[in-house]
This record gives sequence, structure tokens and C-alpha cells, in this order.
Amino acid sequence: MALPAYATAPQRLWHYTYLGICAAVLFFLVMPLIAVIPLSFSKSPFLHFTPELLALDPDAFSLRWYRMMIGDCSDPGITTVCSDRWKDGAWNSLRIGIAATILATTLGILCALGLSRPHMPFRKGIMALMISPLIVPLIITASGLFFAFAKWQLVSTFTGMILAHTVLGLPFVVITVTATLVGFDTNLMKAAASLGGTPVRSFFKVQLPLITPGVISGALFAFITSFDEVVIVLFIGGQNQITLPRQMWSGIRQEISPTILSVATILVILSILLLTTVELLRRRTERLRGVSPG
Amino acid sequence: MATLENTASGPLLTADGTPLKVSLARSLRRSKLRGALLVLPALLFLIIIFVVPIAQLLSRSVDDTLVNRALPRTFVAFESWDRQSLPAEAMFEAIFLDITTGEKYTIGKATTRMNYEKPGWRSLIKKSGRKFKKKIKGPPYRDAMIKIDKRWGDVTFWQTLGAMKDPQTLGYFLNAVDRQYDANKHVIMKEKERRVYVMLWWRTFLLSLIVTVGCLAMAYPVAHLLATLPLRYSNLLMICVLMPFWTSLLVRIVAWMVMLQNNGVINSTLVWSGILDDENRLPMMYNFTGTVIVMIQILLPFMILPIYSVMKTIPPSYMRAAQNLGAPPSLAFLKVYFPQTLPGVGAGVILVFIVAIGYYITPELVGGKDGQLIGNMIAYHMQKSLNWGLAAAMGTLLLAAILLLYWVYDRIVGIDNMRMN
Repeated sequence: MALPAYATAPQRLWHYTYLGICAAVLFFLVMPLIAVIPLSFSKSPFLHFTPELLALDPDAFSLRWYRMMIGDCSDPGITTVCSDRWKDGAWNSLRIGIAATILATTLGILCALGLSRPHMPFRKGIMALMISPLIVPLIITASGLFFAFAKWQLVSTFTGMILAHTVLGLPFVVITVTATLVGFDTNLMKAAASLGGTPVRSFFKVQLPLITPGVISGALFAFITSFDEVVIVLFIGGQNQITLPRQMWSGIRQEISPTILSVATILVILSILLLTTVELLRRRTERLRGVSPG
Repeated sequence: MATLENTASGPLLTADGTPLKVSLARSLRRSKLRGALLVLPALLFLIIIFVVPIAQLLSRSVDDTLVNRALPRTFVAFESWDRQSLPAEAMFEAIFLDITTGEKYTIGKATTRMNYEKPGWRSLIKKSGRKFKKKIKGPPYRDAMIKIDKRWGDVTFWQTLGAMKDPQTLGYFLNAVDRQYDANKHVIMKEKERRVYVMLWWRTFLLSLIVTVGCLAMAYPVAHLLATLPLRYSNLLMICVLMPFWTSLLVRIVAWMVMLQNNGVINSTLVWSGILDDENRLPMMYNFTGTVIVMIQILLPFMILPIYSVMKTIPPSYMRAAQNLGAPPSLAFLKVYFPQTLPGVGAGVILVFIVAIGYYITPELVGGKDGQLIGNMIAYHMQKSLNWGLAAAMGTLLLAAILLLYWVYDRIVGIDNMRMN
């Protein structure tokens, strides 16, 4: 919003102050994430900007922390612990994340379809329950799961991690898919049925393609939640389940080395890529909604 | 069609001859059933993996059967004791038999619990367990037991059994707010040196409040800017808001360590620009301040997004109309614009507060000693001190507070209106 031509001097002053405040807040939001990136290419084992780094001396930069991250310990200058744990953690996180996302998406789509039916009983109550994993503090969820999984012998297992992460991802899928279904024209399903489609076939051929953007953004949220989850893995991960966030956690607590910055840089870049994907999906939904009737 | 021909002579019938009303009711029932079947898998999953475990955790906060299981005979004898003078021989015999014949594991668990009531119980029973079998061959037990350890002759030990008699207790809840039972089951404050939790609850509340107010003050102008800029620019700025939102929590914490530590970016910049002396670098990490700064940055998107979505729906012509009618911009803002943004503000405030009050990771990593919150204390009692009853009681109180806020949130915005973008 631009200032009108007739704005008085105090109004102008206020307007620029306001823009300054906004710029400062946005700077505050983004700055720390940006600062990590150059530091991850530093040669020194410290987490601060050395004078050489600020002078852009090429000798002060190196990829050694990235090499260390992927488990390449050949660099003689490395004094901190070097192991395959980052790589293994990333793989484990990826596997748990994908499995939990598939499970959460399947359950979530079914649930959202049920909740979106016009005559669904207890709709509000069920919705509140479905969202509750987002509301209950993770520390309480983790403590509860710890006792339950100990009884069911799921602590420190792959299955246990997947089940726990599915619970956390489920609300996102239910919320986004329910929201997408609001704009879905149910006459299309009736048309499909009148043309002889079974409910299952009409769902896969007609409804699912149209609600895909909602499904994908829900699944993305579920995946990110699982990929970023640290409290639950601390409680029920035991000895066997080392995930990337857990490795970062111990990295922060014990031997803080720039390796963690290289991991952070990669995750920041990944998050930017994901953000672009979601934005493109959102635009596609809007386009589709503009075209479809209702 | 059959239904149309029959309208004159009787109730509406469908093609197969059933009345329309019955047929509609059946189809409604079928539709409801189909909906229920679709919801069922997710619902069952959530109940088994989420609701039941949490309910069981919460039930631990009042569960006090440990001691009852370990000392069954003693509690029977306890009923006939006057609770003033030293117990009679029968009660000594009961506890002797309980300790010598009981399962070691059960007794060990129970003594930990008994120690919460009165420090000393654990060592007393441990010592007695070793010596009773060797030194006491048969009745009378009373004097022999006191000879082994004179604490058996201390009536205050016996009196604390009264607080452990019932299979349910509110003791953990009392402990969670720095209170305890005295010998007559009256609620009293703990000794001054042992009071920690009330202070911790206050700190958690205060920190959440500061974080919420801080977020609101920073989010409001930005949300306004985003809502009023042309879409082309606002989309770009929106990325600045969403990028931290999408980035891993731990990455953001690491990033803040780089910024806030003693020779971090902020301190170095301040020293370099001459505002600070090299010796007086600001301590911004591992304390209350650090926790507040990091939590504000982490939770800011949760405040910006709801306010933004409400501001987006306010037509700019309202402000112009108000000014047209003679209001100065500040008055027009206060009387016309601000009240319309209140739903968004309310949603953001409650959302941020709810998330902040249960935080664990951030205070644990950047909080140091004076940035610890209730969440950290729950984790401590779960993992280190293994006082699960107390952890459960604190969790229950925390959850109750959050559910209350959630309910308010639902009244203000409605759960259905929760949106991700």
C-alpha cells in the first residue's frame, strides 16, 4: 500500500517507521537461517565467523564438514567424532517418515471422506479428537507412548516409531483433505455412479485426482512432522532408532561441530524446495477450483 | 413412475413399493453407516495408539497401589492402630512378614514411593530386609526390630503410612504444587527449601505470556503489510514467514546458537560497531532471555498466519470510509480496523500460548538453568528421577490447562476453521 499524495509529514514518518518495523521482523525471522549457510562452508571447527571468513579468504572455506556428514572421515584435520551416524540417521528418518506418511495419508483420507459426508453423526467430536495430537504437548504424548509401548514391546522398534509418527501426522492429513473436500462437487460422484462406476472406482478415477493437491499437502505436513520429530524418538527410540533429529539433538548437546551446520544448510534448502512445491500445488488447486462448478 | 401414480390414493411409494419415508430413512441410515465405516479405522487407530496411552499415563497420577501391594498385612493392622502412640506388636509382626516374605522387586519399587512421603524409608527397609532374616528368628518382633534400627521406634515413620494407605492418592498433585499431607492428612505447604514447582508453573506461565505478547507485537504489523500489499510482493514476503515455519526446529535452534552465543553474530556485530566492550558481551544464550528470543522466532508464524487470514477479509474501503467521515487515521484504526481483526488476534494468541506452555525442546537446549519449564520437569521425572506419578500429575495439570484454552479457542474460531496455509 502506497502513501496517498496528500499524506502529511507525520503520516509519512509513521509510514516509514511501520515499514521499518516490518522489515526488522522479517529480518528477525529469516536471518538466523541465512547465517548458518556460509558458516557451514567454514574450515575452522568453531561455530562463529572468523576474520578470514569475513575477508572471503578462499583458504578459510572448505567442504570438510559436508564430507564428514556423509561419513567420509579421510580429512586429517578433523578432531571431532566422525561416524556414519548422520547418514544412517538420515536414512532411518526417511524410512520412518515415508512409512508413517503412507499410513497417515491412507487413514486420514478415509476419515476425511467420512467426515465430509452430509449426515455424519458426531462430526465435531470426531474432528476434535482427530486434531488432538496437535494440541497435546509432545512431552505428554511421548510419556504416554513410552509406557504403552513398553507394555507392547514396541520401544526401540521401527514399528513403534512408525505408529507414533502416524499419530502425529494424521491430524494434518485430516485437516487438509477435509478442507479440500469442501470445494469438491459431489454431483461428480453421482455422475460417475450413474455411468456405472463402483464407489471404489469412482473414488480413484474421479474424486482422488481432484483432491490430490490437498492430499499431497497433507502428506507433506505429515512427512515433515515425522522427519523433524525429536521428543518422541528420545522417549521411545531406545538404542536402535537413531533418526536425523535425534542425531542433531545429541550433536547439539555433546560435541557441537560445524557438521551440524552442514546438515542444517541442507535442511534449510530442502525446506525452501518443499515450500515452492506447496505453493505451486496451492495455485493449482485455486485454478482447478476456478474451473470446476460450485 | 410408480410413486407419481400413487400420490392420489395413499402414501408416496418408491419403485419397489415401500413408502418413500421408510426408504429415505433407510438410505440415510446407510449413508451414516458408510460414513462411520470410513472414519472407523482412523478413529480406532487414534484411540489405541494415542488416547489409551495418554489416559493410562494420566491415571498414574492418582495411582498409589505400589505400597499396598508390597505391604498388605501392614495396612490391615494399620486399621486398628490409634495413630498416636507407637504401634502394638501385631503391626510390627505384619510389616516384618511383609518385608521378609514379599517379592524383592515389588518392595524396592514401594520403598522409592515411601521415600517421597518421608525420606529414610528406603534405607530403613533396605537395611531391615538384609538383617531381619539373619537376626530375628521369631516373635516377639517389636523390640528386636527397634534394636536393629531405632527408626522403627519413631512414631512419625509409622504415621506416614496413613498417607499411603489408600490405593488412590492426590499426593502427586499436591507435590506438583509444592504441597503435601501431614500425619493427619491435612494439606500443608512443603518446607521452604523444597518448594520448586509453584515457581516453575509461574515461570512457564510468565514465559508463555511474554512470548505471546512478543509474537503479537511483531506479528500484527507484518500481517497487516502482507494483507495490504499487492499479491505479487506479498507472496514473496510470505516466503520469509513460511520458510522458518517449514524448517526443522533443531535447525532453527542451531541457527540461534550461532547468532546468540558469546562470540556469536549479534555480540560480535555489537562489539565491532563499538556499542559493546569486548568484555561486556551480552549473555543471551542458556538463560531466560535466550529461551524467549528463540521461542518468539519459532512461534511467530503461528501468530502471523491467523491474523493475516482475518485481515485479508477486511475491505480497505472501511478505513477510507471512516477517514472520509472525519476520523484521523489513528482513530479510524482503533475504532474500525482493529476490532475487525480481533478474531484473528484471539486465534493467534491462544494458539501461541498453547504451544508455548507445553514446550520442551527449546528450553532444554537453550534455556540453561533459569529457562527450564514444566515440560522439562516432566521429562526429568520421566527419565532421570523416575518419579512417574509426579510426572503424570504435572502432565495432567498441564493438559487440563491446555484443554481449557483449546475449548476457548474452539469457542472463538472453531476447530473447523483451523487452516494450514
